[in-house]
Amino acid sequence: MVPTDMVPVIAWPVWIIFLPLVMAIFAFLFRRRGAQLGIVTALGLVPALSGLTWQVLGNGPQQYAVGGWGVPLGIDLYADGLSIIMLTMTALVGIGTTIYARGYYSPTGEAKGTHHHQDPSLFWPLWLLLWAALNGLFLSADVFNLYVALELLGLSSVALVALAGGPSAVAAAMRYLLVSLLGSLSYLLGVALLYFAYGNLSLGLLAQSMTSFPASFAAIALMTAGLTMKTALFPLHFWLPPAHANAPAPVSTVLSALVVKASFYLLLRLWFQVFMNAVTPSAALLLGILGAAAIFWGSVQALLAQRLKLLVAYSTVAQLGYLFLVFPLAQGKGTGFSAWSGGLYFILSHACAKAAAFLAAGTVLYGFGHDRIDELAGITQRLPVTMFAFAIAGVSLIGLPPSGGFIAKWLLLNAALAGGQWWWAIVIILGGLLAAAYVFRFFSRAFSYVEEVPVCRDLPWSMELTALALALAAMALGMIFTQPLAVMEIAAPLSGPVLTGGLP
Amino acid sequence: MSVSTLYSLVGSSLFCLGLYGLIAYGHLLRKILAINVMGTGVFLILVALAYGSREISPDPVPHAMVLTGLVVSVSATALALALACRVQENTGSTKLTEDGSD
Repeated sequence: MVPTDMVPVIAWPVWIIFLPLVMAIFAFLFRRRGAQLGIVTALGLVPALSGLTWQVLGNGPQQYAVGGWGVPLGIDLYADGLSIIMLTMTALVGIGTTIYARGYYSPTGEAKGTHHHQDPSLFWPLWLLLWAALNGLFLSADVFNLYVALELLGLSSVALVALAGGPSAVAAAMRYLLVSLLGSLSYLLGVALLYFAYGNLSLGLLAQSMTSFPASFAAIALMTAGLTMKTALFPLHFWLPPAHANAPAPVSTVLSALVVKASFYLLLRLWFQVFMNAVTPSAALLLGILGAAAIFWGSVQALLAQRLKLLVAYSTVAQLGYLFLVFPLAQGKGTGFSAWSGGLYFILSHACAKAAAFLAAGTVLYGFGHDRIDELAGITQRLPVTMFAFAIAGVSLIGLPPSGGFIAKWLLLNAALAGGQWWWAIVIILGGLLAAAYVFRFFSRAFSYVEEVPVCRDLPWSMELTALALALAAMALGMIFTQPLAVMEIAAPLSGPVLTGGLP
Repeated sequence: MSVSTLYSLVGSSLFCLGLYGLIAYGHLLRKILAINVMGTGVFLILVALAYGSREISPDPVPHAMVLTGLVVSVSATALALALACRVQENTGSTKLTEDGSD
């Protein structure tokens, strides 16, 4: 038998970052081959991610020094359960979006473009660059490398929003860029303070040496402020609805399903791994209250929205609010892991459901040339598959069983009730009711029967089926939950039972 | 007051000044400049922290961070300026209107 340290370890993390990065450069050089390169990237990431997941499941968290340099000179990559969850989410939504975008930007579709001028050849390099930035962010092990990944992510997202062209999209991109840069600079100042106080940048070393030092509090405040702005937490959400609603369909999807989760991921890492000894319950409570406000404000705005894509974008503001409930809920006695896994489950199921909803909304806009909800009566007669996908995604967004959204809310509710913080349970339940209201408001139009159905142009089948596949993935998360929960448990910073009162 | 502290304080003031400019002014060019002033403040703090004192040689890690940060800042400024030009071409205005969605 070969000793384990003799087995050559394949550096999957490096592949996961470099494949999309190299493909992005190729897609920029060979503009006409963008769609093919996108598909190659999607296919290539599947074995690499499976390999990494296998390593993490078998041997626990993986650390990899790029080029053999190691800290402090080189760059370290690190993968644990949380990274695997985020990378898997990115791959699921990324593959779906890539196939969708291939149809959306196909030459036949371009000729009768419904919107302003869109240059499909620029979509591919930017999207692959964004994918590389996301993967890099989820694998980085030091706070400065995370800053670079965050900036790459922000710049490629802004450029993608601007691709739609037209006054509203360009203005939305400009506002998004300013917010994004402000958030990153605030984060970078926090990094500078951390280096000043502790003399290193590695997440692991910082976690060991963290104390309640004034510089730590200033760093926490600056980094949290910057990142909540990028995650569009109420009341810093103002930039999100126009940016997400005005972008081209595949772009809205990745922004809402993935990009906002990236900065939230960083918040989770910092709060629960690095600043664990320094954060105070009152700061966690503040984030929870803002999250609750986001749930109500976002839902009410979604109820009032006149356009379908704006409705879905405001729904993102509301759903992001739930994620911030994790901070106060994790403070409860023995409910740490319940809150942690609930939050991660919410991230996963929201990514799949929101991607499906935005792809379906994009298909509606593509097919009918507009997305004014009042004029969409009877569209189910024209697009049954797309509307079915939207309906399933809606079930997960509301949090009805047997969807992934249900499991996530169940875990959060459990953490709230078992930890003696029942008021958060009321917020979660009311939020679900409001989500039902805005989802059904659209359904009541779309599923009504009308004699004269609006004309819909031909669409590639892949656009309808990818939305359906992602919606079904959100549903599958509600049925297969032991495996995701097992991955979330690997090196989780919070311990405790999954559910305190037994399984549902 | 040591040289390092002085420069750190100047850096912090630049950061706050830039933040004020970003919020207070509507003109996009001013906003972009304000962001750059903020960035310069952060870089100045990093360089000051690297300096330490006259006796020991400066710490190279913050220098590497500033160099990387400068590259990011130049790219971000380029994108911001290009977008600001597009905003003006599209709307004829150098400011963002209150309502981003039409």
